[in-house]
Amino acid sequence: MTQTSAPGKLKVGKVGELVPRVDAPTKVKGEFAYASDLIVPGMLWGHTLRSPHAHARIRSLDISEAVSMPGVHAVLTHDDVPGKKTYGLEFPDQPVLAIDRVLYYGEAVALVAAEHPEQARRAAERIRVAYEPLEPVTDMERATEQPPLHAEGPARGHGYFDDPRPNVVRHMVIRHGDVEAVGDVSVSGVYEVGIQDQAFLGPESGLAVPDGEGGVDIYVATQWLHVDRAQVAPCLGLPLSAVRVHLAGVGGAFGGREDLSMQVHGALLALHTNRPVKIVYNREESFMGHVHRHPARIWCEHRATREGKLVNVRMRILLDGGAYASSSTAVASNAASFAAGPYEVPNALIESTAVYSNNPPCGAMRGFGAVQTCFASEAQMDKLADALGIDPIELRLLNALQPGDVLPTGQTIGGSLPIAETIRAAAALEPPPAEELPRDPVRLPGGTGNTTHGEGVRRGVGFAVGFKNIAYSEGFDDYCAARVRLLADGSAEIHCAAAEVGQGVTGVILQVARTELGIDDVRLAPGQTATVESAGSASASRMTWMAAGAVRDACRAALEEQQRRPGEEIDVERIYRHPRTTPLDPQTGQVTGERAHVAFAACAMKVVAEVDVDLGLTRIVWIGAAQDVGRAVNPQQVEGQIEGGTAQGLGLALMEEIQTRDGLITNASFTDYLIPTALDMPPVESVLIEEPEPSAPYGVKGVGEPPTVVSTAAVVGALRAATGRELTRVPVRPDDICL
Amino acid sequence: MRIVLRVNGEEHEADCWEGESLLFALREKLGFPGSKNACEQGECGSCSVLLDGTLVCACLVLAAQADGHDVTTVEGFARGGELHPVQQAFVDAGAVQCGFCTPGLVVAAADLLQRSTSPSDDEIREALSGNLCRCTGYAKIFDAVRLAGGRA
Amino acid sequence: MEILTPRTLDEALRIKSERPGAWPIQGGTDVMVALNFDRNRPEAMLNLNEVAALRGWSRDNGALRLGSGLTYAEIEHGELRDVLPALAEASRTVGSPQIRNRGTIGGNLGTSSPAGDALPPLLVEDAEVECASVRGTRRLPLGEFVTGVKRNALEPDELITAVWLTPSEAPQTFMKVGPRNAMVIAVVSLAVSAGEELRASFGSASPRPVLVTAPREEADAFPARVAAAAAPIDDVRGSEAYRRHALRVLTHRALERVLA
Repeated sequence: MTQTSAPGKLKVGKVGELVPRVDAPTKVKGEFAYASDLIVPGMLWGHTLRSPHAHARIRSLDISEAVSMPGVHAVLTHDDVPGKKTYGLEFPDQPVLAIDRVLYYGEAVALVAAEHPEQARRAAERIRVAYEPLEPVTDMERATEQPPLHAEGPARGHGYFDDPRPNVVRHMVIRHGDVEAVGDVSVSGVYEVGIQDQAFLGPESGLAVPDGEGGVDIYVATQWLHVDRAQVAPCLGLPLSAVRVHLAGVGGAFGGREDLSMQVHGALLALHTNRPVKIVYNREESFMGHVHRHPARIWCEHRATREGKLVNVRMRILLDGGAYASSSTAVASNAASFAAGPYEVPNALIESTAVYSNNPPCGAMRGFGAVQTCFASEAQMDKLADALGIDPIELRLLNALQPGDVLPTGQTIGGSLPIAETIRAAAALEPPPAEELPRDPVRLPGGTGNTTHGEGVRRGVGFAVGFKNIAYSEGFDDYCAARVRLLADGSAEIHCAAAEVGQGVTGVILQVARTELGIDDVRLAPGQTATVESAGSASASRMTWMAAGAVRDACRAALEEQQRRPGEEIDVERIYRHPRTTPLDPQTGQVTGERAHVAFAACAMKVVAEVDVDLGLTRIVWIGAAQDVGRAVNPQQVEGQIEGGTAQGLGLALMEEIQTRDGLITNASFTDYLIPTALDMPPVESVLIEEPEPSAPYGVKGVGEPPTVVSTAAVVGALRAATGRELTRVPVRPDDICL
Repeated sequence: MRIVLRVNGEEHEADCWEGESLLFALREKLGFPGSKNACEQGECGSCSVLLDGTLVCACLVLAAQADGHDVTTVEGFARGGELHPVQQAFVDAGAVQCGFCTPGLVVAAADLLQRSTSPSDDEIREALSGNLCRCTGYAKIFDAVRLAGGRA
Repeated sequence: MEILTPRTLDEALRIKSERPGAWPIQGGTDVMVALNFDRNRPEAMLNLNEVAALRGWSRDNGALRLGSGLTYAEIEHGELRDVLPALAEASRTVGSPQIRNRGTIGGNLGTSSPAGDALPPLLVEDAEVECASVRGTRRLPLGEFVTGVKRNALEPDELITAVWLTPSEAPQTFMKVGPRNAMVIAVVSLAVSAGEELRASFGSASPRPVLVTAPREEADAFPARVAAAAAPIDDVRGSEAYRRHALRVLTHRALERVLA
């Protein structure tokens, strides 16, 4: 059943109820301990010396002067990494500290620990590194013809298509149906996406504390405790049991905390000095401290019948992964899987390639490949509607996917996917009427800049729909553990390593436990690696589903155990897995089993924009969103995800881009990397489409990513409607509109 | 150098390196980590505090400039066990996600509502335009400010 | 690093003459960014916050004396808004409310950035900069005070103590282009007034402030003249072509406002 829901009144908190966040009171008081807030007696400050070059050979590295600086306790280089010298999410291709070369601007070269951060900075300044600059690989189209940055080919042997070209991280092709099929009408275009940064507000931070027995406790803001441990321990040359990773307060993540930042560095310094060591990046360093959203270039041709039915979608997607692989292989695959949008496409040829370069490393960011392709394919759908003279919403409805349809990967949609309902619900939302003039400048394009009193301002309405997968795909063993203790006093304690990154998974866990156990007195123990198995990553819109499944199963098992052993304390752990996926065929991109993706979620969005066409400045007036959410565990939090996810896509559409020159970042600050302010975000009216996902606990779906996938496309659609310009690149610059 | 200042009504002392910001001194020396270190360049408002009653970014005040002055941080708003009305409204409206921007927004919103109990939507947006939030898209933050204003 | 905190102007000037390498700090909105990001480590900081004589503004025979410690918030919200409307509009666009509460007009002059938002509206009002030292006090026209990108005519022993101007009372406006609707450094900005003659000055489009004037009857040609007087560059915030184009559009719109 499809229904829409509205927030109800506040209750104590079972599944489906609107409950305030449990961490909100401590957060509003300033008492919530984020990773950067941690202080322990005897603590030293760690500092990272980073490469000023995008590509260089390291001729020599001299730390002699630095070690004798006041307050300095350690200066470490790659020589001091006792275990494995490299790490990585997919392949261990990234050095803990640069060895004989640097491959990107800001790559970590050496570490300092000192009593005060200023002493650490001054010492880092005295580390003498002799670089021999090399020609950087910076153009993603030329990368596959330039000398290989990773001659050893770290991606080979992982079951992917074996591409002989240099600097290919992954190349894949989806061939579906008759790839040469022609229609009555064809539209084509080339689209580009700049590098977006997660720009979480809490910079990378953590505290490493030596345990005095050779092991270390790491308190860090991360998205996946256990995979951090799995990467850190080998680099330290320690068994997993000697490395305990604890979740410190996380100031936003959005994919940018999937890869390691300070974890190994802090632990190295702590073990070396036998003192606790805290590392806090500043904003400039944060731009170098995590991977970004892949910049993309996408060539598209859409062929359709005169009536508007899609016949063949042909796309070539190029993604710049930067210096190291991170999760580029999965991003490339995701981009391909969702390239054609939530439409029934009988024939398709979709090629996706992620390359290595000396640009900033790219990896996971909210939307994970589907953002870039949604921007391209929704522009194509508008173009097609225009070419056919069909209403763009009708065209989308005509082609909307539904359960039973087959995706370009050959996978038949089994679960819930109410694309048409989602489109209709968004289309039915009525934007507010145009406001009268004169108005205060804050309600005009240009804002407080006072650039127009109405001159040059045109209004446009855009519409887009997008979808993506929930949870990990392509045969990845995706699971989440939860442990439930039923205590003598009648209360329950839950252990789950799911990272609370701001998305509210803590509340989900408590709601599920209260629902299953039938008691209110439930608390969640601090997240750490030592007391419970892995929860998997707080990413891929998977954490609500996976944590709900694991906590549900553990609660039910605990109750059964309690029946067998009444009166005793109960302690059980359960592992939840979603329905199994299998890899895509490396030659054809077709499913090799029932499914490559476990489930999907969609969002449709209508956007009203006002554009000052003479100056190229914009004001987004209103956004209406309808989202396929499965079942809303907590409607207030779901709305928050939609509003926040929309804002990040709006940022990419209008202003957000890491700029580089010869691989060097030229705007690594919040002065020049701009994210939307309170005066840039319009009201977002959201409708929740609740059609339970049959394979998920309680019918839930992840909700974090779909709004980000679609809002960039929808916002630019509104700008096109207002300006009549093609606007094939995001972020849209004022120049693109008025020059 | 030694500085002496009043934080949330009580006198505190700290030994500082001369180049330290008030933000660093509050967080690392004085035991008030509530003000946040998101950008340290005055572009995000996460470190907003009241300096002699005026809303400022603590990252752009030299710690030494606060010597002898009065600072109110987010930790100074709740009274006893009772949240400040702005704090309570942030909880109720769902205005908190990761919460890193929240302390600065609480201080900025309280500063606005102290000047005007029923600000217009435009006034709210402009008054909070110096406080970046990356999680919420601001909608529920505006709700919280309206809610707090309405309850005052 | 040493912190020097004078309580009087005389004391401040004496310190500056003895320690010319000391960096003056008032609102700190530029200086602290340099400190926080390790761009500079001056030998000493001269904290001007406690010098009451630098604060506020006053009238003197029809002229206005704006203390170098006058904040953007005081200009934006106070009585000056009616006297110097373009400067007030410019103040509203500076950074965030927090920045405007702290940032000062003296700091904007001291930084001498081409993007300084206060500079264009002050230049169209023929402002003069008061520089003081133990040797005495002098006034320099703003156009002479700023000598290049982040360079000015201040001597090492001098402090900026005030800005002097006689309000023209001419219709005037300020506009600023940025890629988002609040908290931006100017991609390009413009102040225009229409008194006995047309006057314009722009930001982020030349190394130092430029005043462009024309008789009122040459209003039609004025947008092109303003754009031609600019020497914009390509940088991370905008392109040379866009800046020149925007100046034409802005000047045209500004004239419609001030000549209405």
